[in-house]
Amino acid sequence: MDKKTIVVIGNGMVGHRFCEKIVGKTDKFNIMVFGDEPRRAYDRVHLSDYVKKKDVDDLYLCKSDWYVRQNIKLYLNDPVKSINRTTKTIQSSNGVVIEYDFLVLATGSKAFVPNIPGVEKEGVFVYRTIEDLDLIKSYSVSVHQGVVLGGGLLGLEAAKAMMDLGIPSVAVIEAAPRLMPRQIDRGGSEILRRRLEQFGLSVYADRRAYRIEGDGSIRELRFDDGSVIKADMLIISAGICPRDELARECGIDVGERGGIVVDEYMQTSDPSVFAIGECALFEDTIYGLVAPGYEMADVAAARICEEGKIFRRFDMSTRLKLVGVEVASFGDPFMEAPYARTIVFEDKNDGIYKRLNVSNDGKYLLGGILVGDARDYNLLLQTVNNRLELPDSPGDLIMHTKEPIGTADGAGLSALPDNALICSCEGVTKGEICRAVMEAGCENADSVRQCTKAGSGCGGCIPMVKDLVVAAMKQQGKYIRNVVCEHFSLSRQELYDLIKIHRLESYNEVLDALGQGDGCEVCKPLISSLLASIWNDMILRKGNDTAQDSNDRFLANIQKGGTYSVVPRIPGGEITPDRLVVIGEVAKKYGLYTKITGAQRIDMFGAYLDDLPLIWEELIAAGFESGHAYGKALRTVKSCVGSTWCRFGLHDSVSFAIQIEERYRGLRAPHKIKSAVSGCIRECAEAQSKDFGIIATEKGWNLYVCGNGGSKPQHALLLAADVDSETCIRYIDRFLMFYIRTADPLTRTATWLNKMEGGIEYLRNVVVNDSLGMAAQWEAEMEDRARDYRCEWKAAVEDPEIRKRFSHFVNAPGEKDPTVKFEEMRGQKRAADWTLI
Amino acid sequence: METIATTEWLAACRVEDAVKNGGVCVRHGNEQIALFYFTRRNEWYATQNECPHRRQMALSRGMLGSVGEEPKIACPFHKKTFSLSSGECLSGGECAIKTYPVKVENGLVYIGLDD
Repeated sequence: MDKKTIVVIGNGMVGHRFCEKIVGKTDKFNIMVFGDEPRRAYDRVHLSDYVKKKDVDDLYLCKSDWYVRQNIKLYLNDPVKSINRTTKTIQSSNGVVIEYDFLVLATGSKAFVPNIPGVEKEGVFVYRTIEDLDLIKSYSVSVHQGVVLGGGLLGLEAAKAMMDLGIPSVAVIEAAPRLMPRQIDRGGSEILRRRLEQFGLSVYADRRAYRIEGDGSIRELRFDDGSVIKADMLIISAGICPRDELARECGIDVGERGGIVVDEYMQTSDPSVFAIGECALFEDTIYGLVAPGYEMADVAAARICEEGKIFRRFDMSTRLKLVGVEVASFGDPFMEAPYARTIVFEDKNDGIYKRLNVSNDGKYLLGGILVGDARDYNLLLQTVNNRLELPDSPGDLIMHTKEPIGTADGAGLSALPDNALICSCEGVTKGEICRAVMEAGCENADSVRQCTKAGSGCGGCIPMVKDLVVAAMKQQGKYIRNVVCEHFSLSRQELYDLIKIHRLESYNEVLDALGQGDGCEVCKPLISSLLASIWNDMILRKGNDTAQDSNDRFLANIQKGGTYSVVPRIPGGEITPDRLVVIGEVAKKYGLYTKITGAQRIDMFGAYLDDLPLIWEELIAAGFESGHAYGKALRTVKSCVGSTWCRFGLHDSVSFAIQIEERYRGLRAPHKIKSAVSGCIRECAEAQSKDFGIIATEKGWNLYVCGNGGSKPQHALLLAADVDSETCIRYIDRFLMFYIRTADPLTRTATWLNKMEGGIEYLRNVVVNDSLGMAAQWEAEMEDRARDYRCEWKAAVEDPEIRKRFSHFVNAPGEKDPTVKFEEMRGQKRAADWTLI
Repeated sequence: METIATTEWLAACRVEDAVKNGGVCVRHGNEQIALFYFTRRNEWYATQNECPHRRQMALSRGMLGSVGEEPKIACPFHKKTFSLSSGECLSGGECAIKTYPVKVENGLVYIGLDD
C-alpha cells in the first residue's frame, strides 16, 4: 500500500507533540522530521533548570529510540533550506530531498534581537536553546555584572539563570514602565519588582537600550536617557520572532509583523501545508506558551486524519515561579469598570498582590492577577473557565479569612464539572484524572501523571491533581492511610480500636502486639494517651511512665532551666480565701514564682523535681488536686460569675462550670481541651473560643463546639440550642468521645472539624441525632470514667516506686540540680535565659 | 610509643535503681551523666546529661526510642534526638553529645570515664 508522507519541519516541543498525536491515531503515514538543533526534542519550559542541576537527559521529551520505534525518520542538525510547493518537495541543508503530501511547519520562534549598535560584541547572548545556555554557562565564569534586556517572562527566567550561575550582580532592564506588562497590571508589577529586589535582582524599568559599549567584548550598556550600566554580559530577551522565513520564501501568507497565517484547522494559505506553535499566527495572535502549541498540534493531527477538531482562541492563563516569586494571571486580568468590578488586595509588607475582576452582578469571576501567593490559582481559574457562581463576598476567596476553598477534602473540587480542564498544558480534564484513579488504579499524583500526563508540563496543577486523587479515592471507599511513625503502620483510630479489642494495657504490650522496633518520641506519647483514654489507669503505672511525654511523666510542666511549674485545679476559677492563703504559703516555702494563668488558675513556677511530691502533699492536704496542666487533657472550665452575683446573669454559670470540670477532669485526648461557661450572651467567659463552650439563654444553654484560641483562632459553632443541663452534658459526653476516638494525633477540635467531611452538620447528626448509634455507649463510658477518677498527684506521692523517680541524681538523692539558675524580677524570681554557646 | 588508655569505672547505681526503658542522672563531681537502661533491647548507654541545643540538664528525663536499628534519646525540651551509640544529633543542627561505656557487674552499673 502506498503510504502518504508527512514532513514535519522543527523538532521542538510542539513538533514532537504533533508526532505523538499522529502515531497515537494511525500508522498509515510515513513521517519525516527535520530539526536544526543537534538534539532531539527537549523541554524548553524548564530550560533554566538545566543551569542549576538538570542533565540534558532529564529534559528530553522521549527516550532516544522513540522515533525509531515509531518508524519516524528523524534528521537532526539538518535544517530545511527550501520548500517547493509546485513539486511538493522540501530540500534540507544536507541535500536530502523529500516529497510530501502534508507539510507541517513547527519552526517555532527565535529571540527578537533589537538593532542596537554593538549587539555583535562578545558577551551578548540570547536565551532559547541548550546551545545558548552552554555558551552562557562557559562565559559566565568571570562575569561580575550580568544584565538582561527584557523584563518579560523569559527575561526574568534568564535573570534567574544568571543568579543560579553565581553571577554576583544581576540587573533586568525593561523598556516598558513596568515588568511583565503583558501578564500583570501596575500594582502587581510593583509588588513583583519589590520582591525581586529582595532576592538581590536590580530592576530598571522605562529604559531603552541605545548602544552596547566595549572593546571587542561588552563593557557597558548605554540608554537613550544618557544613563549607563556596567555589564560584563548581556542576555537579550526582548521578545520572540516567529520563524516564518521558509513559508515567506515559498509564497505562503504571513502576517504583517510575522507569523504564518493559519485557520482554525492550522492550515496555511496552502491547504497541504500546516503551521503550529510559535510560528503560527491565528486571529492575529502568536501564542508564546506551550499549552496552546500542544492544542494546535492536536488540531493539525486531527485534520490530517480527517477528524473534525478546531482551534479556538486559547486561554492564556498562566502560573509561574519567577526568581522564587509566584506570579499568575488568569481569564482577563486587566478588565475593569465599566465592564467589571475589581477587588484588589495588596500587602506591601509580605509582598503579595491579588486582583479579582468580577462581573457587574457580582456573580461570576472574569479574571485576575496573583503575585507573591498564587496558591488559589487553580481554583480561581476553574471558577472562571467553568462559570462557577461566586460566593456572597468573593473577596474572601483571596483573603484567607476562611479556610481556602478546595482543601484536602476536595469540597471545592466536587463542584467542578467532569470536563473542567485541570492540566491545561496537557489538556487533561477532571473526568480523565478521576477515571485514572477509579479505573486505572492510580493512587497518587505521580501515577496519574504517568497515566494521563497531567502535571508533566508546568506542574502548576499538581496540588489540584493530588486533591482530586484523594477525593476520587474517598469516593471509591479507598482508605487513605495516615500512619503514626516507623514503628506502627497504623493510624491513631486503628490503634484505638485494636488496643481496645486486644485489651492491651501498656506501651510495651502495644508495641509487641502491633508494632515493630523500639518506639520513639512520636508513638510513645500517642499510645500512652490512647491507653489513658481507654483504660483510665494511673498513667505512670505498668511501665508506662517512660512512654509518657516529659510533662505527663513528672505530672508537671518542664520550664526553662529544668524546673517545673505546678497548677492545682481550681474548678470554674472559684477559690476560697483559705485556699488562696495555702497557695501563697506553699509558693513562699518552696520559693516559687506565681502568676494567674489565662484559664483562671494560679501557676507556680520554679519547682525543683525533688520538691514536686512535697509541694503536692501540702496542696492535697488543703483540698487541692492536680489540674492536668501538663497533659493533653481537659484543662479548666472557665466561667463568669453568673446569676449568683451578676445583675445580667441568667443562670449559675459557676456551678455549671464546676460540675462540668469535675466530670471531665483528667480525661486524656488527642490534644488539650478547653471549655468555658458564660452566664449570659455578654459572653464574659469567652466560651466561643473553646473546644466546647456553653452560654446561658432564657430557656437553657447553648452549646458551642470546636472553637480555638491560639495561633489560628476560630469561633466555635452552635451545636445545640436551648438545652437543659442534663442534655447539655450528654451531648458533651458524646462529642468528646467521638473526638477522642476519631481525631488525628495532636489535633485540636477545631482542626478535627475542619477536616471532617460534612462539617458541623455531620457532627450534629452524630452527637444530637445519634446517627452512629453510639450515644448510649459513649455516655456510659464517660460515666464510668468520671466515677473512677483519681487524682494523679495523690497516686504519685502515695506510691513509693513512683515517688522514687522524683529525684535529680540517682546517686545523690535529695540533692538538687546545681546548674539551675534564677534571676530576680519585680520581687519574684525568673528562669535564667537559655545559655547558648 | 604506645599509650594504653586507662578507663576509670564510676559505680553509678544498682541495677534496680535505674529506670526501665528510661534514664537517670548520675553525679560525678561537677559533671552530670545520663544513664539509660534500654530494657527492651537489654542494653545500657551513658551520655552527657546536657542537651546541646539549649544547654539544659535534661537528657536523662528524655524518651528512648529507635530509628531503624539505631537507639536514640529525645530531649524533653524540644525533642532533639541523639544517637545513643555515636552521640550524633539525628534531628540535625546540633553538635554531637559525649557517650560513655557502661558495664554491669554484681548488680552494680558502672560508667567508664576517660582518664
